[in-house]
Amino acid sequence: MAEPMRIRATMAGDAADIKVLMNHPMETGNRKDAKTGKLIPAHFIQTVHADVNGKTVLEAQWSQAVSKNPFLGFKVKGAKAGNKVTISWTDNLGEKNSAVAVVA
Amino acid sequence: MNTKRRTFLKSAGAASTVAVAVAAGLIKPTEVLAAEWNKAAFEAKGVPDALKGIGVANPAADSRDILIKAPDIAENGAVVPVEVTSKLAGTTSIAILVEKNANPLTANFDLANGAEGYVSTRIKMGQTSNVRVVVKAGGKAYTAVKEVKVTIGGCGG
Repeated sequence: MAEPMRIRATMAGDAADIKVLMNHPMETGNRKDAKTGKLIPAHFIQTVHADVNGKTVLEAQWSQAVSKNPFLGFKVKGAKAGNKVTISWTDNLGEKNSAVAVVA
Repeated sequence: MNTKRRTFLKSAGAASTVAVAVAAGLIKPTEVLAAEWNKAAFEAKGVPDALKGIGVANPAADSRDILIKAPDIAENGAVVPVEVTSKLAGTTSIAILVEKNANPLTANFDLANGAEGYVSTRIKMGQTSNVRVVVKAGGKAYTAVKEVKVTIGGCGG
């Protein structure tokens, strides 16, 4: 799961508006393979961690009911243009990914 | 019979059983490491159990300061955009539950260090259901609901 994650962070007033698009199948474990008829095992992001300027701003825990290729939007007050935004996630199979962006 | 040899064989057998189980994926090493994921709450089958799992024991008070932006009718239950804004001062966490999904708890966000009471995401819904949001602010829990009608494979409903 080394596909890239897209982060867009822009200042809106006194808060940074951060939008993240992750690449992940988010399999529920209830879906069947059309060809084999077997259940596709669950594969979904469980935890998401967001840092702005080295400080944790958001920690999310997800179930398999978050849509495929998850979108996450949040706002951080007190952030400034040039601050570093780091997003990382871990899924139920232990795969991880992280990406860094700068607030514009 | 050599009893020491027996016990040795037994323990060797037990050890290899564990190795086989790991190899077969019956025991996932990652499951042990990812202890921070709130398994009990996410695998809960009903709303009360899910709420208990995230530490909301008493019924949360209804609040008009929680705004849920979601479509009235979702044509595709696999991608339902949900935007939550909490105007409650000191909002520390936002949880999103889909009441009629098999496992209602969908997402739980903990906010800190200037993060506003706002999250936006996209969720899956199996059928028409209430989307319940539970916000923790100042040590108390508040809640709001919005119904989203799901028309699967329909040409509008």
